[in-house]
Amino acid sequence: MLKTLIDAFALISTWEVIISIFAASVYGLVIGSLPGLSATMATALLVPVTFYLSPIAAIATIVAASSMAIFSGDIPGALLRIPGTPASAAYADEAYAMTRKGQAELALGAGVWFSAVGGIAGVLSLMILAPPLAEIALSFSTFEYFWLALLGLMCATLVARSSPVKAIAGMFIGLLVACIGIENPGGIPRFTFGLTDLFGGIEPIPALVGVFAVAQVMRAMLAPEPPPLPRRKFGSILAGQWRLTKLYHWQMTRGNIVGIIIGVLPGAGADMAAWVSYAMSKRFSKEPEKFGTGHVEGLVEAGASNNASIASGWVPSLLFGIPGDTIAAIAIGVLYMKGLNPGPTLFTEKASSMYAIYLMFIIANIMMIPLGIAMIRVAAYILLAPRAAIMPVIMLCCAVGSFAIGNNMFGVVTVAAFGVIGYVMETNGYPVAAMVLGIVMGTMVEQSFVTSLIKSDGSILPFFERPVAAILAAMAIGALLWPVMVWVWRKVKRPQAAAATSR
Amino acid sequence: MSKISRRTFAASSAAVAASAAFGFKPALAQAYPARPVTVIVPWGAGGGTDATARIVAALLEKDLGQPFNVVNRTGGSGVVGHSAIATAQPDGYTIGMLTVEISMMHWQGLTDLTPKSYTPLALMNEDPPGIQVSSSSPYKTVKELADAIKAAPPGKFKASGTGQGGIWHLALVGWMQAMGLPANQVAWVPSNGAAPAMQDLAAGGLDLTTCSVPEARAIIEAGKARSLAIMAPARNPIFKDVPTLKEAMGIDYATGAWRGIAGPKNLPPEIATKLTAALKKVYDSAEYKDFMSNRGFGTVWGDAAHFAGFMDKGDAQMGEAMKAAGLSKA
Repeated sequence: MLKTLIDAFALISTWEVIISIFAASVYGLVIGSLPGLSATMATALLVPVTFYLSPIAAIATIVAASSMAIFSGDIPGALLRIPGTPASAAYADEAYAMTRKGQAELALGAGVWFSAVGGIAGVLSLMILAPPLAEIALSFSTFEYFWLALLGLMCATLVARSSPVKAIAGMFIGLLVACIGIENPGGIPRFTFGLTDLFGGIEPIPALVGVFAVAQVMRAMLAPEPPPLPRRKFGSILAGQWRLTKLYHWQMTRGNIVGIIIGVLPGAGADMAAWVSYAMSKRFSKEPEKFGTGHVEGLVEAGASNNASIASGWVPSLLFGIPGDTIAAIAIGVLYMKGLNPGPTLFTEKASSMYAIYLMFIIANIMMIPLGIAMIRVAAYILLAPRAAIMPVIMLCCAVGSFAIGNNMFGVVTVAAFGVIGYVMETNGYPVAAMVLGIVMGTMVEQSFVTSLIKSDGSILPFFERPVAAILAAMAIGALLWPVMVWVWRKVKRPQAAAATSR
Repeated sequence: MSKISRRTFAASSAAVAASAAFGFKPALAQAYPARPVTVIVPWGAGGGTDATARIVAALLEKDLGQPFNVVNRTGGSGVVGHSAIATAQPDGYTIGMLTVEISMMHWQGLTDLTPKSYTPLALMNEDPPGIQVSSSSPYKTVKELADAIKAAPPGKFKASGTGQGGIWHLALVGWMQAMGLPANQVAWVPSNGAAPAMQDLAAGGLDLTTCSVPEARAIIEAGKARSLAIMAPARNPIFKDVPTLKEAMGIDYATGAWRGIAGPKNLPPEIATKLTAALKKVYDSAEYKDFMSNRGFGTVWGDAAHFAGFMDKGDAQMGEAMKAAGLSKA
């Protein structure tokens, strides 16, 4: 054990690895913070570079870039209300509200601090609990995934500040968008109107960029310039984080645990972790009325959660070659290419390389604090720049980023179309975040439901028979019926109360 | 660097001048490639096809002395990129990587493109499907599994490995047909690729998967699944103990997912010959062999003529399987 650890240290303390981690970190921070460019894209673009690197350095670049990009997606979310990743979309409104209250450094500081804490918690789970966590991952069949995805969808109503009805309507629009294409269980083209480009469906990233970034630019063109924030120097970014850690230690721990569990499940990933944790935080908070007005509690929990899921998402990748999310899928390709084939032998025969991967995760998460602070300081100048200068740059980033996704104009058209949709929805009080959640989860809900029915020959009993499925079903149905029961309870109680006072 | 490009420029302009002076066509081929070449990949960055295309492009660049830039034209489940290759100028400066989907999509009525829409250059890779069961499955050999499938009512056994009408679905249909069974004897459970199918197999949700052996490798090595046979003419060197269908059951059925390089139709023969020769060098290089075996990908060589015949045969085979499965619109 100690010897493997020392070997692992030797593996990563070469100049090549150190320079790779540093360069990939800076690269990940920059790409993640640009609206329209996602963490997945940052990782995919690194693959050709890894051809020329040693195995450990190649993995190091992927680990560092993906961890940094997920955090730095919070930066434009907080400063401009344009989330960099679907994971940040869950709490972009909240973080932006804090910025408007003059607490940008607290919001971003919480982002970097709790991301790092979550990341390290995720690595520890990977180190200590990999085999039992992998067993959890393998016990999930499509029946369990269906309930999980349904629970994820329900977060739309919990997270939204608007009326639940409008939140549900927004989510349904998202589900409708998720129907487009031939990537459905039947393999039948739906809503493609004969357009080849629509066969592949609408990806969440261009939709996200459209409804948040382009719609934001459109609003900015119509609305008068908001009162400028008081010109002042950014205060200390880490000050106050320790106080938050103590105040919200339970929320942080819960976020870490939820993130680790969701991360381990293939296909769920950081996006769902952030949404579920933010919703849980609001549900169980002592002061849920403060959510949405610039309250840091949800940021703590969701930030801790999405970064924890990144590291634990590597568990099924490393043990079974099953990717936890799109980033892990790319990482698996690199692992194979470099002769570090996923599988249990990686943990025994190549234990020192495994420990080297753990160490790199820890180093990347520690480096996230100083590098993240530097990035926040640079990004803070955006708040001082005139809006007329920033908005065109954002438009340019969106156009370039959406073109880069598939190297064709269709991505750009998608982003523009969703910009209009997002603008119309937002002006009428429909939360766009709920629609993004519908797009992200829609495929999973449909896929898991239809395939489960194929497997059970049309019977719905197996959705409740398997033990884990039964627990998840109870949670989902309970969450669905809870508001109804509360409503009925009030209805029953009110007449009695009224009768009591009249007497 | 600048010196080299100036020299190449001088050489190419000399060649152009010579061809103009003598009306001497093949001189043009001598000069090719005189500028960077675009290699279109119809699938996303970071995937297996992307990785294969990038290593091929890097080695072509080394051999031919001009940059070969990989461009991922994704979307439309592969249709967008495949049409970009077919509709490019046939001047040799845009080539691309074809995948097995080109022999499937037109049967479903998704596109008019067929293998005939291209100038085939070289077949570079093929991965045959395996037949995997969970390690807790009672079937120890493919014969036992096949007998159980034959005895069971249609649809009792559930298999997966990719989406509806995907290559591994058709592999299963082809295997059923080869045994004289109806296409729907085993129900297909569509999945988002091989990895989720292997996970569901281990979770006890499926009876078998028919994805390729490299895709199943990690789960097999983790002791959660077994491979009973592969649908290939010969055994896989990484899994020497897994028999072919012919060895285990006497059924002569083989198929696979392949990748090859092609250009648009009517590529000048001089350029095509030159590219095929360069691709042969790439295929024979140690770098390519190491890269592919590290990823667990099979390597198969086919020159232009062989690749064309290979695609025609595969196209007919796919059409038959798709008609049997009720997936064909043609």
